[in-house]
Amino acid sequence: MLYLDHAASSPLRPEVWAAMEPFRLDVYGNPSGSHAISRSAKNALEDSRDLAASLINADPSEIVFTGGGSEADNLAIKGRAFAGSRRGAIVTSPTEHDAVLMSAEHCSSFGSVVSYAKVTADGLVDPAEVASHVSADTAVVSIMMGNNETGVRLPVEEVVTGVKAAHPAAIVHTDAVQGYVSERVDVDVLGVDLLSLAAHKFGGPKGVGLLYVRSGTPLVPLVHGGGQELGRRSGTHNVMAVVGMAAAMAALEEERGAFGARVMGERDAFESTLNELMPDLVVTGAGAPRMVQTAHVRIPGVRNEMLLVRLDRAGLAASAASACQSGAAAVSHVLEAMGMSPALARECLRFSFGWSTGEGEGARAARLVAGEAGALR
Amino acid sequence: MRALVAMSGGVDSSVAAALMKEQGWEVMGVTMKLWQGPDGEAPTAGCCTVSDAEDARRVAARLDIPYYVWDYTEEFMSGVVGGFIDDYLTGRTPNPCVECNRTIKFSRLLAHADALDYDVVVTGHYARVTSDGGRYRLWRGVDPDKDQSYVLSMLGQDQLARLCFPVGDLTKDQTRSMADRLGLRTARKPDSQDICFVGQGNYREFLAGQGVAPTQGPIIHQDGRLLGVHHGITNFTIGQRRGLGVAVGQPLYVTDIDPDAGVVTVGDRSDLGVDEVTVEEMSWVDRPVAGALLAQYRAHGRAAPAEVSLEDGVAIVRFAESQEALARGQTLALYLDDEVVGGGIIRATA
Repeated sequence: MLYLDHAASSPLRPEVWAAMEPFRLDVYGNPSGSHAISRSAKNALEDSRDLAASLINADPSEIVFTGGGSEADNLAIKGRAFAGSRRGAIVTSPTEHDAVLMSAEHCSSFGSVVSYAKVTADGLVDPAEVASHVSADTAVVSIMMGNNETGVRLPVEEVVTGVKAAHPAAIVHTDAVQGYVSERVDVDVLGVDLLSLAAHKFGGPKGVGLLYVRSGTPLVPLVHGGGQELGRRSGTHNVMAVVGMAAAMAALEEERGAFGARVMGERDAFESTLNELMPDLVVTGAGAPRMVQTAHVRIPGVRNEMLLVRLDRAGLAASAASACQSGAAAVSHVLEAMGMSPALARECLRFSFGWSTGEGEGARAARLVAGEAGALR
Repeated sequence: MRALVAMSGGVDSSVAAALMKEQGWEVMGVTMKLWQGPDGEAPTAGCCTVSDAEDARRVAARLDIPYYVWDYTEEFMSGVVGGFIDDYLTGRTPNPCVECNRTIKFSRLLAHADALDYDVVVTGHYARVTSDGGRYRLWRGVDPDKDQSYVLSMLGQDQLARLCFPVGDLTKDQTRSMADRLGLRTARKPDSQDICFVGQGNYREFLAGQGVAPTQGPIIHQDGRLLGVHHGITNFTIGQRRGLGVAVGQPLYVTDIDPDAGVVTVGDRSDLGVDEVTVEEMSWVDRPVAGALLAQYRAHGRAAPAEVSLEDGVAIVRFAESQEALARGQTLALYLDDEVVGGGIIRATA
């Protein structure tokens, strides 16, 4: 089995499971309680928070654990839009994850004005153009770090600089769910005020994520209740998952350099081998900086749904990157925003690499893809 | 041998998949996403819904077969829905299920099955295929209440060679009890009704939603009297009695629609009679057949005895007894007893 769908989800790292396992049965207390059993859960929770914070150069009080990346994005957008007495405006781009786009749309039905920065054919935004949409009414600017479909790395740092030069008080969010897999995140280097992560994209468990919230950033919670996470996200913690998330971050940082080199090596070998075998191959975002783990390609004349079935049968898991609720491959809003026609978008596939990708898998996968795609031509 | 089963999420195609698997085929399930809302998502009510796909997915998992949802929304929109709207705009009565079978299920899906090295495409239609000296023959399903051979009447030898309808040998009750016995969650799911993309609303609302702007015109009696004004010919089909918006003290029926002049003609029930129809786009299961046949012009209607003659690819069908409410655009299927010999589209009535 060749698993090249890490951008959808990565397998759990063994060392992460080792860290989580005691919480399966032994550490069961509610971290909000006062007795010894609760205290051990609370300690594990706060140790995990300290660890996660240190790995992105944040203060522990700036970490809000959530039920995943989508919740973190929702909290960033809605939490900001509803924070003032008026519905704040939102500035984003059409290639963002649906968790951002749908949140913005939801806020717009409550009065938020949403503006969208243009995207180039390579999937990039122009920082100056993003800044031009910002005003005193802007509650949040949200531009992702790396695109989950195409793998394009967006100029978040320049967006922050541009936005803050014009409006020093503006708040900038980045969805770093994929970007963090590709490179280390330092919230001060990026300059963002809000940043979303999801554990299962880099070997942590599913259903847990975090939102970094820069100290002093007003935010309205989505979930009200017992006041956990300093009132920013109520609900009893999933301690086991949080421990797993911090352990996965630590595992990723520990091998960061090697991870990047290995994953990019396999990705590059995949693309170059496939390109040799299929000279008309088109790599999406080829003219833009890209994350190390993603190959998004178009194979002219081959319908992605058909190729995915053949690859599935041959033991290679990849994806068309964007699926509708029913499970059909949808024409991607990302590719549409980059100016690609639906017919061409239906020829695109995403192959994403990760921590469990072994040496030689990239070239092996490319030969398999070329064979199966060739059978469809 | 590999079989691709088109799974709608209903009980018939669920059992079709189970039967193929039982017979030892390597089976794959596919749900064709044909229709979507303006947000690009599958609808939540009517046919082709997210929950239908979910049912199909769960049945496939129970049968331990691979399962996919494929998107045919663009082809469906341009071919089937476009034709449906055109038919109403030109005063015809469309049959979108036949059109979907012709242009999507038994052409696109069949081609995709070929591309993936599948030997046959399987559906849950109630009809039977037999082979006889290398020629394929198409028959009504054994359950007369559920027979769906009418919507398959445009199939030819090339297609029949690669199609299986395993529930055609069962009654609906047998299908349901088999699904029950296998523990398939679709065992008691009600049969789908209506036209899938129109859903529970009526087709007039659907047309309005598709931007079909109605134009007013006269309603005229067969005898020449002007009876009133209508608000668009798309509101009418031949044989319609309700909602005419005119009252003359006796029941009136739509007897003709003239799309160019925008005129709707109404008359008494006796004016509805049709003795002869001209059928175009004829397709034959094996070879052209003329003479004394049975002609069926509704999916679940009765087949009427008729004399069929062929002229330049057009079939002239002369009914033994006058038929009511036949309309241009409807599919007409021809039978010899229980065997389908061909089908086409009614282009003229007399």
